[in-house]
Amino acid sequence: MRRKLVVIGAGMASGRVLEDLIGADRDAYEITLFGAEPRGNYNRIMLSPVLSGEKTYEEIVTHDGDWYANNRVVCRFGEKVETIDRSRKVVVTDNGETPYDKLLIATGSQPFIIPIPGKDLDGVLSYRDLDDVNAMLMAAERPGAKAVVIGGGLLGLEAAAGLKARGMEVTVLHLMPTLMERQLDPAAGYLLQKALEGRDIAVHCKANTHEIVGTDRVEAVRLDDGTEIPADIVVMAVGIRPDKTLAEAAGLAVGRGVHVDDAMVTSDADILAVGECVEHRDMCYGLVAPLYDMAKVAARTLLGEAAAYEGSVTSTKLKVTGIDLFSAGDFADRDGREEIVFRDATRGVYKRLVLEDNRIVGIVMYGDTADGTWFFGQLKDGSDISEMRDTLIFGPAYAGGSPLDPMAAVAALPDEAEICGCNGICKSRIVTAISGGATSLDAVRAETKASSSCGTCTGLVEQLLAVTLGDSYEQQAARPVCGCTDLTHEDVRRLIKARALKSMPAVMQECGWKTSCGCHVCRPALNYYLLSDWPGEYVDDPQSRFVNERNHANIQKDGTFSVVPRMWGGITNPRELRAIADAAERYGVPTVKVTGGQRIDLLGVRKEDLPAIWADLNDAGLVSGHAYAKGLRTVKTCVGTDHCRFGTQDSTGLGIAIEKRMWGAWTPHKVKMAVSGCPRNCAESTCKDVGVICVDSGFEIGVAGAAGMDLKETEPLTKAATEAETLEIICAFVQLYRENAKYLDRPYKWVAKVGLDWVRERVVEDLESRAALVARFDFSQQVFQHDPWAERARAEPARQFRPLADLTMEAAE
Amino acid sequence: MTEWIDIGSLDDVPVRGSRVIRSAIGCVAVFRTAADEVFALEDRCPHKGGPLSDGIVHGRSVTCPLHNMVISLETGLAQGADEGEVKTFKVRVEGGRLLVDRSLARRVEAA
Ligand code: SRM
Ligand SMILES: Cc1cc2nc3c(=O)[nH]c(=O)nc-3n(C[C@H](O)[C@H](O)[C@H](O)COP(=O)(O)OP(=O)(O)OC[C@H]3O[C@@H](n4cnc5c(N)ncnc54)[C@H](O)[C@@H]3O)c2cc1C
Ligand code: SF4
Ligand code: FES
Repeated sequence: MRRKLVVIGAGMASGRVLEDLIGADRDAYEITLFGAEPRGNYNRIMLSPVLSGEKTYEEIVTHDGDWYANNRVVCRFGEKVETIDRSRKVVVTDNGETPYDKLLIATGSQPFIIPIPGKDLDGVLSYRDLDDVNAMLMAAERPGAKAVVIGGGLLGLEAAAGLKARGMEVTVLHLMPTLMERQLDPAAGYLLQKALEGRDIAVHCKANTHEIVGTDRVEAVRLDDGTEIPADIVVMAVGIRPDKTLAEAAGLAVGRGVHVDDAMVTSDADILAVGECVEHRDMCYGLVAPLYDMAKVAARTLLGEAAAYEGSVTSTKLKVTGIDLFSAGDFADRDGREEIVFRDATRGVYKRLVLEDNRIVGIVMYGDTADGTWFFGQLKDGSDISEMRDTLIFGPAYAGGSPLDPMAAVAALPDEAEICGCNGICKSRIVTAISGGATSLDAVRAETKASSSCGTCTGLVEQLLAVTLGDSYEQQAARPVCGCTDLTHEDVRRLIKARALKSMPAVMQECGWKTSCGCHVCRPALNYYLLSDWPGEYVDDPQSRFVNERNHANIQKDGTFSVVPRMWGGITNPRELRAIADAAERYGVPTVKVTGGQRIDLLGVRKEDLPAIWADLNDAGLVSGHAYAKGLRTVKTCVGTDHCRFGTQDSTGLGIAIEKRMWGAWTPHKVKMAVSGCPRNCAESTCKDVGVICVDSGFEIGVAGAAGMDLKETEPLTKAATEAETLEIICAFVQLYRENAKYLDRPYKWVAKVGLDWVRERVVEDLESRAALVARFDFSQQVFQHDPWAERARAEPARQFRPLADLTMEAAE
Repeated sequence: MTEWIDIGSLDDVPVRGSRVIRSAIGCVAVFRTAADEVFALEDRCPHKGGPLSDGIVHGRSVTCPLHNMVISLETGLAQGADEGEVKTFKVRVEGGRLLVDRSLARRVEAA
């Protein structure tokens, strides 16, 4: 008599076991196959093409009725196994008991549903089987129907692309900052997001779903920040959990999944398990390649042969037509690891290989994945690549191609990209001039005016000369931002504007960064440029800021911090002084000092006390003095007409007005100002970034002074008749500086580069330009002018300043 | 065998950032990289004692906030031309929780 094999789950893993088993010995077992789905085995991974309409269900069936009949498999589809009785060796369903000699568990996994209000509403779907696909297709039939997909991983994005192809309006919500973050690094994630947005799929990263709204069925999804997105269906694709319920209830050993040994046998010698439901050597898998390896071993074990499964290395592809990505292995940075990065901004290609001991250990590819399988083969084989390291990134077909091109980013610019912002000259205009015989920088300047004004685009114009003329043009060596790029600060700033690059991965990809995530030199600069160019759109990245700006206090040599509240124009009062005195006592501040900037510094505050001392100072109306910021520091004033017998104007009042308008604005470097009531200049206005000297007839505005590492008198910018005009001119000057200067250039260094005449033209003479600068300044202040202390004194952000845990208490127990 | 102790949730540590834990041997900085890996190092730069937890995290390194020495999170060794070493400790993530070696909680009696 043939032995009885019962299989639970008619999915991809058990399907492969049956094929292998029957192929080797058709008569080994009498097989009964239970499946909870009312159909036989189909190629589950091809559900996405079915959803998008590129395939029909019939085309993805792997085992049809004939196959089961020919191979004498008794099919019990639509029948769920409820329990396993191991002592009597039977499985139990609603229809009764079925005995087994050997049992194979292949129950796959369950989609994870986030436990939020509304998750049980009609119209909330998962993406696992044909029924889910049919439900989605039904929803898509209504014209104008909207879908929200929660989860920007493989499944979620395939669902999104499919629903879009079916004509739905689709929004993807993803918790993490970049899509598919487990398979892709931020650079590739950025390209993927761009491609999806190019197909009109809305993508929200860092989106935390708060609740699904609706009475009987789904109406909208509400995020933590209150945003509501209307939805007719919600597809939850946030992950899967191995389905171990049956095994666990039967008393088999389980962890995250059903425990199996290398022979795919569970803790019961007569029960095997394969597929997504198992946990093997601490690993659970969610892709088919490992399941097939497991299936091969399970079949041989069932045949009484010795076989061992030793775990798998997996690779990922996304099955969305027209989007090519590939990822495999471990691509995190690590000591002793090197990376080779290739970016082609024109074609939207990004390739990154991570090497360790001359072997490939990680692969991320986007845009051109043709060599993915070849790299993956090298990775799995552990091949030594030292011989071909220099050309490795070009893949197996490399035959003397060109090396990485530092000019690729400029070559990639579209014709209409604006190169010279001052004169509004675009790339094609310059290239035409060069082709027409303007083969030197001066000739281009004469012909097009590009780079003839402030000159910050000179680097780009030179690169265009080099790209267009090839070897015949010798470029001057310019200093790149850091080792991550060949571009200068000015080039990067220009490219950010010209190509509307609005995130750090976007800049790194489109400007051909040579590293995957930058370093401590370029990241703070990029964070500033993005913040300054796209206020309201770019979200500040605290982890790309230096310590002082991240903690809103100056770090001291012993790791404590200093706290400097603002004193508008150097004016204070007894109430503020009392609050400062109280705070100094309460937090045991060792040093209280009057600064060179007309205010009081509390030095030596412990990091964890910062939020509390800020809260106390806030209560007295004191806000952050930004003594740590690349932003407005102080506006020093003298007593002016209020008290002084020589005062010509209200210097104190003007200083306060300037400080109130300016505070909180981020700038390339710190900015200090002063207003003196008369030419005796008691506020030292003549050595500031911006200094005003009041005279009888109005206000003399000087800029670009210095009194730090360099000493330099201000240069006269202009004279204004009224306070209001003075304020406008100062705002316009600061905005011009913010938009154009290189990160860490004080105004005097920047003005030396662009020339005071160029500045004066935009800030003083051209009134339209002045008004536009002021409008942009004011807009950005709406976003940035808020007290960072008040925000961080609140419970949640304040926690970041305290230790995560105190284990010294543990020891005392 | 290492005995582990739960110190909090992984999400309490910002990505490309760090949090401090007070331990029996002083402050220990727990770092989280862009790739969501975690490392634990003594929170004292070998140069002049800067708090590494306040530095900028890039790749598997941190740049000290005081004078920009770059320290490997993995080995604790100063990178490039600099010399110096920071003590590293075992830390791991399980089910979203951060676990460190329990010995960090034990006071070592001076011999
Ligand atoms: C507190 C204060 C000294 C004081 O006790 O008076 C001070 C303290 C520091 N200054 Fe200053 N500067 C202070 C007024 C000045 C002045 C005078 C002034 O503002 O009128 C100058 C010359 C004017 C100028 O800004 O150029 C000044 C020129 C500098 C420089 C050189 C800047 C330059 O471009 O050359 C630096 C270095 C830097 O910023 O890169 C600097 C940097 C620093 C830092 C932030 C160093 C650092 O990065 O840790 C110091 C923080 C000490 C601490 O532990 O808190 N400090 N510093 C003053 C705070 C003023 C305020 O109320 O905000
Ligand atoms: C839309 C989609 C796209 C995918 N794309 C890819 C891809 O591109 N590449 C890739 O490698 N992988 C992909 N996957 C994953 C892949 O499909 C799975 O890894 C694979 O199907 C798992 O096989 P399995 O046999 O373990 O589980 P399943 O195929 O899920 O089969 C398990 C079966 O067991 C049944 N069952 C569960 N409990 C019981 C019970 N008590 N009684 C009876 N029957 C039961 C279930 O109904 C199910 O039919 C994708 C998955 C989905 C959903
Ligand atoms: S001059 Fe400024 S930077 Fe130098 S020690 Fe004094 S406070 Fe510090
Ligand atoms: S203390 Fe760390 S670099 Fe000086």
